[in-house]
Amino acid sequence: MENKDHNQNHQSEDLPQVLLLKPTPVMAVLGEHQFSSNKYQFLKAWESPLPLYQFLTKYANSIQAILCSGAAPVTDDLLQLLPSVRLVVAASAGTNHIDLMACCRRGISVTNAGNVFSDDGADAAVGLLFDILRKISAADRYVRQGLWVKKGDYALGSKLGGKRIGIVGLGGIGLQVAKRLEAFGCIISYNSRKKKTFVSYPFYSNICELAADSDALIICCALTDQTRHMINKEVLSALGKEGFIVNIGRGAIIDEKELVRCLVEGEIAGAGLDVFEKEPDIPKQLLELENVVLSPHKAVFTPESFLALSELVVGNLEAFFSNLPLLSPVMDE
Amino acid sequence: MESIGVLMTCPPNFPYLVEELEKRFTLYKLQNAPDKTHFINSHKNSIRAVVGNAGFGADAELIDQLPKLEIVSSFSVGLDKVDLPKCKEKRIRVTNTPDVLTNDVADLAIGLMLAVLRRLCESDRYVRSGKWKKGDYKLTTKFTGKSVGIIGLGRIGMAIATRAEAFSCPISYYARTEKPDVKYRYYPSVIELAANCQILVVACALTEETHHIVNREVMNALGPKGVLINIGRGPHVDEPELVSALLEGRLGGAGLDVFEDEPNVPEPLFGLENVVLLPHVGSGTVETRKAMADLVVGNLEAHFFKKPLLTPVV
Repeated sequence: MENKDHNQNHQSEDLPQVLLLKPTPVMAVLGEHQFSSNKYQFLKAWESPLPLYQFLTKYANSIQAILCSGAAPVTDDLLQLLPSVRLVVAASAGTNHIDLMACCRRGISVTNAGNVFSDDGADAAVGLLFDILRKISAADRYVRQGLWVKKGDYALGSKLGGKRIGIVGLGGIGLQVAKRLEAFGCIISYNSRKKKTFVSYPFYSNICELAADSDALIICCALTDQTRHMINKEVLSALGKEGFIVNIGRGAIIDEKELVRCLVEGEIAGAGLDVFEKEPDIPKQLLELENVVLSPHKAVFTPESFLALSELVVGNLEAFFSNLPLLSPVMDE
Repeated sequence: MESIGVLMTCPPNFPYLVEELEKRFTLYKLQNAPDKTHFINSHKNSIRAVVGNAGFGADAELIDQLPKLEIVSSFSVGLDKVDLPKCKEKRIRVTNTPDVLTNDVADLAIGLMLAVLRRLCESDRYVRSGKWKKGDYKLTTKFTGKSVGIIGLGRIGMAIATRAEAFSCPISYYARTEKPDVKYRYYPSVIELAANCQILVVACALTEETHHIVNREVMNALGPKGVLINIGRGPHVDEPELVSALLEGRLGGAGLDVFEDEPNVPEPLFGLENVVLLPHVGSGTVETRKAMADLVVGNLEAHFFKKPLLTPVV
């Protein structure tokens, strides 16, 4: 009761408005209260009876920031309608749904998830790699189907220690993947937009060469125009019949049709996939393969990382509205 | 050396091991014999060695039936299926396969922790069954930073600890005695260890003392958010108690590579999404099984050429 009155008072023009076109997954799970602050208020487009265009035009002058996620992209057209926007806050690991060039041109700051997802993303990548090398999910299926009794021992897997791992994208998540896999005796190399001066892992500017020298590739990079279908026929061919691939980035980084063909025809050994080109629709052939592990885009979905993200989102918004430095600004590299 | 008889008590499933033994010895495959007692009786005077594994060894009864037995070479590191006191008494040598499988088994322990906490097998099933089209999978628990308690800090236990440290997991352990040069926290009893960790791993040898070392009290202490990982031997854990603890929610989850009566796995576990069930694959990689086979053959060759054994236990 008290809250409602409090809210009514704050529905005045006093507090700056943060636009939400659609509910973000994190907010849907944790609840809006987790994101509330006395420095701003949310303007929820879906709660208005007005069609979107009219809604945006009506509130254009008071919307200073946008909180977004994959389901509600921030396009140049949207920004055109909202001349008062100075900040876009991504409530997700990826920022491929935000027109970063348009933001830059318009002098709009963008914040991302910083490192809140790095540990969980890395854990998921290592888990998927492990699963595909040691056939964990397949063997668990085997036991539950009663086949250990009927058919005897399961097939042998492949040892993790000593494997050459090529990490594609050595950002926050990629670095944590490297650190973990080193403890298993893996040999790490990487490909990234630029060589990182603070690591001693061998850098490959050419992704085909990295694939040729790797037993497994782990895709941890962002989806951009440069990385779209970066893992193509040549790269998969270079990876080879004994090679494995794990993807926790975005589905479109890999040419999915080509990947499926390689898996079906045995041109690569196996794959662990958390992301796909057209989620939640995935190629039917993948559902029948024993040498793939499939995950429904949940690499970073833990209560701990969601909570950390909510704190970061609030922190960024509060900093912005207090004229303080942003906590996790997207840097132009 | 072809006249030396070697009795393989385990199923002859690994072609490389069988081939390498057959190149050097006359190999008798017990599991293929229609009448095992008759088989042993017919060949007992030429059998000078036994090759067993985690599931099939050399018990007192078998040892008594083989008057010419000189050496038992196990295709495993665990020797709970070999009657060691009897071998000592009869001056029969015993070898196993330590070190070569340490990394694979430790890798599997971590792999099981990830698979259980992050529900990897269950979410793979979720996708394959088409459920993803109807809605997202739920959140799963973070693994990084969870406290890990290790029962037994031998080669495998230490290897698990160093891997878990890469995930920022605080490590504690139980062993018969505290280890002086170890930086991890020691607990003098398994129940105290279980009460103070979130993930409990069994990594000790199976002996009379460690039989059912994980019992009802330990599982209750580990609790509704705790996860048990067993990469040791099935009899380390009181299996019926484990099943009821999981079904009743007194234990949060389990990753199991071993069971009391392999290959039989308690069927009530099949419907649970918070367990991962593996068919004893701890050392099950192409690379490691080959290294283990080389050790088995190497030990036998060393013995019959009167050279020092590679990895003797007795």
